[in-house]
Amino acid sequence: MPALSPTMEEGTLAKWHVKVGDKVRSGDVIAEIETDKATMEVEAVDEGAVEALLVAEGTEGVKVNTPIARLSGEGEAAAAKAEPLPEPPAADPNPQPASRAEAKGDPVRAASAAPAPPAAPALRDPDLPEGVKLVKVSVRDALRDAMAEEMRRDPDVFLMGEEVAQYQGAYKVSRGLLDEFGDKRVIDTPITEHGFAGLGVGAAMAGLKPIIEFMTFNFAMQAIDHIINSAAKTLYMSGGQIKCSVVFRGPNGAAARVGAQHSQDYAAWYGHVPGLKVVAPYDAADAKGLLKAAIRDPNPVVFLEHEMLYGQEFDVPEGIDWVVPIGKAKVRREGSGVTLVAYSRMVGFCLQAAEQLAAEGIEAEVIDLRTIRPMDWRTVVESVKKTNRLVTVEEGWGPMGIGAEICAKVLEQAFDYLDAPPVRVHQEDVPLPYAANLEALSMPSIEKIVQAAKQVSYK
Amino acid sequence: MAREQTAGAGRRKANGAAAKPAKDSGPDKEELLSYYRDMLLIRRFEERAGQLYGMGLIGGFCHLYIGQEAIAVGIEAAKRPGDQFITGYRDHGHMLVCGMDPREVMAELTGRSGGSSHGKGGSMHMFSTEAAFYGGHGIVGAQVSLGTGLALANKYRGDGKVAFAFYGDGAANQGQVYESFNMAQVWKLPIVYVIENNEYAMGTAIDRSSSETRLYKRGVSFNIPGEEVDGMDVTAVKAATLRAAEHARSGNGPYLLEMKTYRYRGHSMSDPAKYRTREEVDEVRKTRDPIDHVEEMLEKHGFADEAAMKAIDADVKRIVADAAEYARTSPEPDPSELYTDVYTSTGAAA
Repeated sequence: MPALSPTMEEGTLAKWHVKVGDKVRSGDVIAEIETDKATMEVEAVDEGAVEALLVAEGTEGVKVNTPIARLSGEGEAAAAKAEPLPEPPAADPNPQPASRAEAKGDPVRAASAAPAPPAAPALRDPDLPEGVKLVKVSVRDALRDAMAEEMRRDPDVFLMGEEVAQYQGAYKVSRGLLDEFGDKRVIDTPITEHGFAGLGVGAAMAGLKPIIEFMTFNFAMQAIDHIINSAAKTLYMSGGQIKCSVVFRGPNGAAARVGAQHSQDYAAWYGHVPGLKVVAPYDAADAKGLLKAAIRDPNPVVFLEHEMLYGQEFDVPEGIDWVVPIGKAKVRREGSGVTLVAYSRMVGFCLQAAEQLAAEGIEAEVIDLRTIRPMDWRTVVESVKKTNRLVTVEEGWGPMGIGAEICAKVLEQAFDYLDAPPVRVHQEDVPLPYAANLEALSMPSIEKIVQAAKQVSYK
Repeated sequence: MAREQTAGAGRRKANGAAAKPAKDSGPDKEELLSYYRDMLLIRRFEERAGQLYGMGLIGGFCHLYIGQEAIAVGIEAAKRPGDQFITGYRDHGHMLVCGMDPREVMAELTGRSGGSSHGKGGSMHMFSTEAAFYGGHGIVGAQVSLGTGLALANKYRGDGKVAFAFYGDGAANQGQVYESFNMAQVWKLPIVYVIENNEYAMGTAIDRSSSETRLYKRGVSFNIPGEEVDGMDVTAVKAATLRAAEHARSGNGPYLLEMKTYRYRGHSMSDPAKYRTREEVDEVRKTRDPIDHVEEMLEKHGFADEAAMKAIDADVKRIVADAAEYARTSPEPDPSELYTDVYTSTGAAA
């Protein structure tokens, strides 16, 4: 099973295009693979005859790197069996190298694979009304459902971005929206972030409520002038006249093995700016509820998603208008020994770290910030007053980061409660390297969080 | 009158389908008098703003519109109620023609609570939802994308409005201008792009900064029709704008007007303008002044004699003096205003 994208972990073998005995040449399509994001054709990289199909058509959940077929022409294996190598039917005068690197699989994926989400948190979500049915929904579909519900509710809401319509979303977040709402309200843009961000803000100034999707927030740097200078400041500069109800959303932070320019956490960048609200949810219920709140908010909201969470499923309340208020953190796990503060994907890391710490006798309290700006200081400070120890965790760089800000706030408001200097866990102070081992070294990890928690606990 | 129209149109160069000679018979007496008054109001207002700047009552940057008055006035004359204006930071003239109160504009320049943004925007950042004036933007070129967004909203709502995005020859080299051109034409958005080519992007002459100085051609590779207009002739500006607005309003997409103009003052108040000669400025003032041009037309057609024009001038001066007095005496914003309007809790604008 080849990895067809940097974050693919498993797929469905939708269709075989070959059968046992068929001769294949490199470049021949041998199978169709489906993931939750895409359907892709798999091409043969080597030449040979199909000796066995190891995974039946229609099999779901085939892990990346699982052998799916055996070719008799496979080097040593074939030689060992001493069978004659089948000759290709005709020699290609200009053989093309298999250039689709993504179809080759990724033998080092296991090393950098995301930790699995922890088991359902033991705490009952305090936001949940009684008697509501919970269903498993992926973060991806929760985001889509949020947009669809708000678009049904308010005709001024529309979605604009690259590949959001016909392609169904570069990460399939907008799947199905074009069919339901048509191309007036689900708008494919050219690859022109600066321009379409400006158009979105202009439309918001005229009173519409655009959702501007950036394929990733890395590309939004081309548009950051409009996010900050045009969207965030105009209400103030106009003496309250010009409102700008716009959501800028898309994946933020590091995916896997996509290198420095495609892997960056912008929470601190946008969190710095008055006039913006900044949201970074972890689970699917928050992704849905907070996105609905962001769309309804009359202010510009930067909504930071995480590609590595898109495919993860969580409980989401069904059948109610589920809106989670912006600006409220959530205690994901209660504990008295140390406070771990995180947002987005790092919440999952912290929950796992907390399990390890519990095994070693340290009860960690895990706070999911959910909103970066305005930040829910009270929840953080109250927790530190209880645990007397603080570890902050973020994917972004440390200097001038979210953790730095939290530490400053806690020093201001709970200095006398601290039993140890706080520790910040964050991406190392380098552009994110590509090499799997260096990437792992650079990123925050469960081990680093555990270590930091022990450090502030003097253990 | 007809000759004036032809002279203006005759200097026009154009590419694209919609360009054709103006056929309307020109302005009538009242129309011409109103242009005269509006242009004079801008000029006297700006002269006074320059004075207040010199007195230290206006701070920061202050970009005067003197010399370019025919553009805002001519376009205002051609637009329909509800059509939006958006421009850069040389914005005082646009606000005045949109109908914003000169007192509020001047008091914003002085940073007082009576200003249109309660003193929190300043010269470069002013707005009026009532007057459909969407700023007043300090980032060169930003108003082109934002204006295209206004046009997107117009098309989305099907309300028949046209957006007018004004920018200078300097902004014409910004990348987002072309990103916006592309989307506006692909989606046939109702927008008129108005390039106010005053020949200098701050201190850089256009031929030093632009590989193609005929800016009305900048839409060619997007199939956006464009024409060059004598931006010192208010009737030519109006005639061209009617063509452009009709094109945009009819669902044909954007239209580009390059207004050939000139600013008499420096880029901003702090600009010594060493990049051009005194003679060059004097020559334009003497031969191309947009207000002199209207004066000549008024006299020639017997619409107004010198005394009548002096009376208009006196009236305008009274308005400006009143605005200046208001701007001087309006109190500074209350310190409590510091933290207002960062966020709003009320619903999005209608």
